[in-house]
Amino acid sequence: METFEYTIQDPVGLHARPAGMLVRKAQEFEAEIMLTCQGRSANLKKLLAVMGLGVRYGDTVTVSVDGDPAAAEELRRFFRDNL
Amino acid sequence: MITLHGKGVYGGIAIGHLSFFRRGGFHVRRHTVSNAEAELRRFHKAKEKAIRELEELYEKAVRDIGESGAQIFEIHRMMLEDDDYNDSVINAIRAERVNAEYAVSTASENFSVVFSSMDDPYMKARAADIRDISNRLIRALAGKPSDSVRSEEEASIICADDLAPSETMQLDRDKVSAFITAEGSVNSHTAILARTMGIPAVVDVGETLLGVADGTEAIVDGFTGKVYLSPDSETKARMTARQEEDRKAKALLQKYKGMENITKDGTKIEIFANIQGLREVGAALMNDAGGIGLFRSEFLYLDRNSFPDEEEQFQVYKTVLQSMGGKKVVIRTLDIGADKQVPYFGLEKEENPAMGMRAIRICLTRPEIFRPQLRALLRASVFGKLAIMFPMITSVEEMSDIRRTVSDIQRELGREGIPYSPDTEFGIMIETPAAAIISDRLAPLVDFFSVGTNDLTQYTLALDRQNPGIASFFDPHHEAVLRLIAMATENAHRHGKWIGICGELGADTELTETFLRMGIDELSVSPAYILRLRDKIRNTDLRNSKKGKK
Repeated sequence: METFEYTIQDPVGLHARPAGMLVRKAQEFEAEIMLTCQGRSANLKKLLAVMGLGVRYGDTVTVSVDGDPAAAEELRRFFRDNL
Repeated sequence: MITLHGKGVYGGIAIGHLSFFRRGGFHVRRHTVSNAEAELRRFHKAKEKAIRELEELYEKAVRDIGESGAQIFEIHRMMLEDDDYNDSVINAIRAERVNAEYAVSTASENFSVVFSSMDDPYMKARAADIRDISNRLIRALAGKPSDSVRSEEEASIICADDLAPSETMQLDRDKVSAFITAEGSVNSHTAILARTMGIPAVVDVGETLLGVADGTEAIVDGFTGKVYLSPDSETKARMTARQEEDRKAKALLQKYKGMENITKDGTKIEIFANIQGLREVGAALMNDAGGIGLFRSEFLYLDRNSFPDEEEQFQVYKTVLQSMGGKKVVIRTLDIGADKQVPYFGLEKEENPAMGMRAIRICLTRPEIFRPQLRALLRASVFGKLAIMFPMITSVEEMSDIRRTVSDIQRELGREGIPYSPDTEFGIMIETPAAAIISDRLAPLVDFFSVGTNDLTQYTLALDRQNPGIASFFDPHHEAVLRLIAMATENAHRHGKWIGICGELGADTELTETFLRMGIDELSVSPAYILRLRDKIRNTDLRNSKKGKK
């Protein structure tokens, strides 16, 4: 399992639009992908669950990807470029 | 005639008849179904239909208001396809054998409560999105067409308790002259859509609206937030004239929109807008303002019983910055004095409030008022191009004091890990003769000046403009005032700073040429004057003999 941490730089946090982009990206992969923030986790392919975490600017999130190292790498890049 | 008072969301006048927005009018009842699989098929069919509708809405919104405004419908589609939401509906149908409508409305409640209980106001508002998609599903289940306005030959004024973003978008632009809602806020997605679509709109007029008969004649004034029901002939004549004026301004817009503010000899100047509150942002954009030159923050403090807190202010500043999409926004800090009735400030009655405890003097003596405003402004600065302007400055010490407070708050935000933009500009109003005279010493401490000609004139001429008895002594073009402006301009430019005019004189076309010659960088005027001014500038040639005053 691949995991990485990322601190959200987007001043609006994971609002509807960035969350939507992120979920769409995650849906491209077969792997099981989880997002954890402040002790709560959500399936990164589920928009309402991700928005429900209420991730804000400055929060450090952990992303774990089961079974696809390439997906982890691509997601890490996506976070860095967009969030 | 009855007058309703609400909040204007988009300026414009509409005269016509009320038409109440009809929703599907469903009451969701729970009943047991004998065939769960058949019920699931109904649900899936309804979902496909709802998704098709959202895709069409998205396409329509992209065409009408552009990609970024349309994205809300893409998010709605994703919500509708969300696994957890769907599982919740499907499980209820399968396990409890309830009808699909009931399963959807239960899911709607369960998911919207997750958002409505969050403390971030933006996330809270997402509960409305969940209800919106759920209602769409329920309508599709009932086989009802999506909400729409009765087709009528003439455009009507649409009334509703509140309108969801999707409902606003579905309104046929040609059949809608305005809309009024009993509830709603100026920050809602719906209000933002109204502004982008350019539909005059008034929100939050209160419950009274819902008791008014369909077809009642009405006038909507999106500038003031007033709605006149069964207007009398005097009001009708007045508002018709106002509407005509508005139409003329829009015709001018057709001609000048997108053009530069440049004279025949090639001198350029910026034209920004003076606005009172969020409701005028649309008017500023519609009239092609290069930015906001004066956003009066006082409105946040008026007509209420306690101070607006940091969060409330932050939301307003953020909204104006985002709406202006990267154009400069000059926000003036609180300019209130004993002449305005704001009891909760607890200001002493004064003999001469114009020269008393007002504006920056209140802010510098009462940090509990000043600091939340500065914090809110700095926090909002990351959402656009912000300039903060301080009113009623008379000394260098005041400015140093302000800069210390600002640095202090920036450090505080840094410690809390809250972002702020390092590019924020800080400037002052030149509205006292003192400030103009020492502008050489003030210029190094600021990024810009903005001349408030109304106060500068009354302080320079020692002449109260509210007093009709002395009107004959009043010369708006008095040489003393113009010399002070010229002095401040020279000093600003010597230090590489920009200077604008945000008082009434800025819109005075008799002085436009004088200001161009002085080298003023920006004129900030009411949105309605922007294009008239552009017209004047484009027809001015500074190579011609110097007419007009020095």
